[in-house]
Amino acid sequence: MVVLTPFPHALFALDLSRPGAPVKWRFVPEADGGAEGLACCDTINAGPVIADGKVYFNSLDGHTIALDVATGTMVWNVRTASLDRGETLTGAPLIADGKIFIGNSGDDFGARGWIAALDAQSGHELWRRFSTGPDDNVGIGPGFQPFYAHDHGQNLGAASWPPSGWQHGGGSVSGTILFDPVLHLLFHGTGHPAPWNPDQHDGDNKWTSGLFARDPEDGMAKWFDQIDPHDLFALGSAEPGLAIDRDWHGAARHLLIHPDPDGYVYVLDRANGQVLSAAPFTTVNATRGVDLATGELRRDSNRASRFGTMTRDVCPGWPGATAAHSAPSADGRLLFIPVSRLCMDMEARNVSYIEGTAFVGANVRAKSPADGLRGALVAWDIEAAKPVWTVPEPFPLAGGVLALGGVVFYGTLDGWFKAVDAESGRTLWQFHAASGIIGDPIAYRGPDGRPYVAVLAGLGGSFGMVAKSSIDKRDATAANGLANALQDLPEPSDPSGTLYAFGLP
Amino acid sequence: MTRRLLILAGLLALAACKREQREVRLDPPALDALDQVALMPNGIGGAPPDVLPALGRPYETNAYQLSQGKRLYGWFNCTGCHANGGGNVGPALMEGWWRYGPDVQSIFASIRDGRPHGMPAFKDKLTTEQIWQLAGYVQTIGTYAAKTAAPTRNDEMQSRPSESRGPAGADIAPPSR
Repeated sequence: MVVLTPFPHALFALDLSRPGAPVKWRFVPEADGGAEGLACCDTINAGPVIADGKVYFNSLDGHTIALDVATGTMVWNVRTASLDRGETLTGAPLIADGKIFIGNSGDDFGARGWIAALDAQSGHELWRRFSTGPDDNVGIGPGFQPFYAHDHGQNLGAASWPPSGWQHGGGSVSGTILFDPVLHLLFHGTGHPAPWNPDQHDGDNKWTSGLFARDPEDGMAKWFDQIDPHDLFALGSAEPGLAIDRDWHGAARHLLIHPDPDGYVYVLDRANGQVLSAAPFTTVNATRGVDLATGELRRDSNRASRFGTMTRDVCPGWPGATAAHSAPSADGRLLFIPVSRLCMDMEARNVSYIEGTAFVGANVRAKSPADGLRGALVAWDIEAAKPVWTVPEPFPLAGGVLALGGVVFYGTLDGWFKAVDAESGRTLWQFHAASGIIGDPIAYRGPDGRPYVAVLAGLGGSFGMVAKSSIDKRDATAANGLANALQDLPEPSDPSGTLYAFGLP
Repeated sequence: MTRRLLILAGLLALAACKREQREVRLDPPALDALDQVALMPNGIGGAPPDVLPALGRPYETNAYQLSQGKRLYGWFNCTGCHANGGGNVGPALMEGWWRYGPDVQSIFASIRDGRPHGMPAFKDKLTTEQIWQLAGYVQTIGTYAAKTAAPTRNDEMQSRPSESRGPAGADIAPPSR
């Protein structure tokens, strides 16, 4: 088993065949400490990936690194992101087709989003496509067939911005990148437009806050669906969701199930980008549903953030109604969504782009909803577009969900690792870890043939950084306003990370 | 008698105006000398430039200079990383604990030259005097002793004044919601 720690990274390989899982090798890359000042949401990383005898990972300071999984020796190390431009790497690489696909982070520092493909053998860059700018930068050519009319046009990645706004426009590819071997397509989301102050990015801000389908060979776009044109609340759509093939109202379809930070579960046909269904899975008051004929998100003009005004009680608030990985049930009928129910007050302010500094332009104060329940695990019936059951949680769920057999595993910010019944949501088992959990649980079969569930406990990320000693919670705007809503987040009894592995019966 | 009192009151008022004095343009030699910070070898502490006490430490005590610093704090994206003093990507400034020293010359050096772990250098973006204004203001964010001139931590989105503006020793509880 390979474990990657937050920046400055260390990669540990654990030998599971020996008692106590001793460290087989460790690898500590050279680190540029300056990257810490560019990590909007703490120095976390989505993790390493193992394929064909190599382990690949991205470092926060902009390197993609390949190691020999048996010995821990470095095979190659390429610089793929530029800290000078505000870019960092927090996502996990995707390995498919002999290529490695990576995307950047840095929306809050005015970085321009991109996705790149590297050769898995050499680390040589094969192509790179941006989320903003002229069509040739974005990878838009004759093969680009978006489903909705408002995504048709020339050079929209530049024309739907104020002059030169796209050059610092965000739209990072910080989430998971999906590969679909059936349709032979890549799917990825794009982050929010920069800065937060919406009056400084007039227009639809293509191609931010939406979903791309691309050809893995050359990165050319197949379709794009803008979930949130002119994103007012910096929520973005970085996580594409899950590719599931199942019946949809009687006909077999290739679906993309996308729970968005704006509070809706979108069901798309991933062959063409058509939105088949969009329904809210939590309290939403900033928008009033999605018009399926035009793909348009209907906004509530009373809750539109504008320069110079304070917009109160916007739900969902930053960083969105869900910011972690959902999981499907074994039959593909249900989706288990980790939910944040926070709302926010937001005041948009002018900001100038200064290289290497935060490009935000907003004062934000996050708030608990009226009932005080700041999180939930929602079991969502995909076809009926309604919740089946909900487990309320005192804190937002920042980590991912693992569904295994009839059991759903998830961790909480206050350190509980829980197993609930997939049919009813009833708690079957829980364990209190030494720290809050923001990681995704994983399942594996050990060398002894026994199934295990493992999770890394360690508080961090957008929510977890509130508990850091460098944050003073008396300032309501600290940690992008989350300090205000998470005043009572307990400090972990152990500030370091702990790996827990549980044997299953 | 009344006339004398009036004159006296007038003189007193004038004397009190030092904290409101606006020095909009410094002598070029003074300006040059303001850059001469003698830091300790670790880049922290040491002595401020001699000209600073000679000028009467205006960047820590003068209301105009402090309020200029407060404007620069917003204009140069300090808010983006340090919030309104509570911290975000960068550490909190209001807790009165300074990783690189609490004295104004250390804060000046942090802003001018940057620090490891992500604090960028602003020497190419601000003039020396602006950096002093900003340093003076940043120090007030973490100051719990009263200052004769007001600007301190921004009260943005708060329903109460910042800690250093309350009565001395008052323990202001965090907001409940």
